[in-house]
Amino acid sequence: MTIANFLLLVPLLSPKTIHIPDGFLSLGTALAAWLLAIVALAYAVARTNRELGEKQVPLMGVMAAFVFAAQMLNFPVAGGTSGHLIGGALVAILLGPWAGVLVMTAVVAVQALLFQDGGLLALGANILNMGVIASLVGYYLYIAIQKLWSKRPRLNLASAFAAAWCSVFVTSVACAVQLGVSGTSPIQVALPAMATVHALIGLGEGAITVAALAFITATRPDLVASSRAAS
Amino acid sequence: MSKKSWWIIGLIIALAVTLLSPLASPWPDGLERVAEDQGFIALAQGSLYEVIPDYVLPLVANEAVATILGGMIGVLVVFGLTVGAGYMISRRGAEQKTS
Repeated sequence: MTIANFLLLVPLLSPKTIHIPDGFLSLGTALAAWLLAIVALAYAVARTNRELGEKQVPLMGVMAAFVFAAQMLNFPVAGGTSGHLIGGALVAILLGPWAGVLVMTAVVAVQALLFQDGGLLALGANILNMGVIASLVGYYLYIAIQKLWSKRPRLNLASAFAAAWCSVFVTSVACAVQLGVSGTSPIQVALPAMATVHALIGLGEGAITVAALAFITATRPDLVASSRAAS
Repeated sequence: MSKKSWWIIGLIIALAVTLLSPLASPWPDGLERVAEDQGFIALAQGSLYEVIPDYVLPLVANEAVATILGGMIGVLVVFGLTVGAGYMISRRGAEQKTS
């Protein structure tokens, strides 16, 4: 398909990345999510404070910038639905889990504060889901799967794909639980609905994660190696 | 590719990605789809204030251009915020180590 055809098919509309808006979560759920997000953030700051080298900082900035841009690119999945990258697994695999949490938090916070994508009361839940859960699930699953393949710690793209897919799936389940607890949508309805859609979206997450990691490995293999050794 | 220029190239790539943003699928995303199907989309509240709502920079007539500009502003703000916070955190850590 040529770009011209593609342009004709896709009307020029703004990206509609929606994160959880205010109104979807009960006050109690939103506040509990804020509390968990703040605890995780404080821990992430403490960990990176000890472990983060200044050399890694520009890479953190570049990854935050890339994730922000890539999240705008909603890709179509089945049934008139779109999905977009989260990026938590990508960033965490590259930078380690806690620097990943910080990078993702910066992205999600700017989206809420400047772009009105995601509510302010719901920001805690959005940070918890896309910042903390996606990064930690992506990272630790990547490490676990990679160990099954080989004992040597080197980048394994198949493991990264699987970890990225799971990070989206688990994040969507977390969101469904929050919607259920809030009384917005019964959990037995919200959970399968969110999980099914995001099982598809996760394939896109895996593909973009693998492409980005392959590009970085090709241009700067030392970045991948050093960050892996540091974590 | 030199090590020093790598982050500049990375930032340029991120800015270039925003050029694709007008091509993004306008279909509702996963959460929005579920909210529509399950009938709770109407619960969504508007925000208290708007700066660059829906990633479209206000006062720019062409919506595609407005979206790209909105995206580029976001890329630069997120980059600046992350690098600023990253240096603050890593410097403080280095001071604690030496003291």
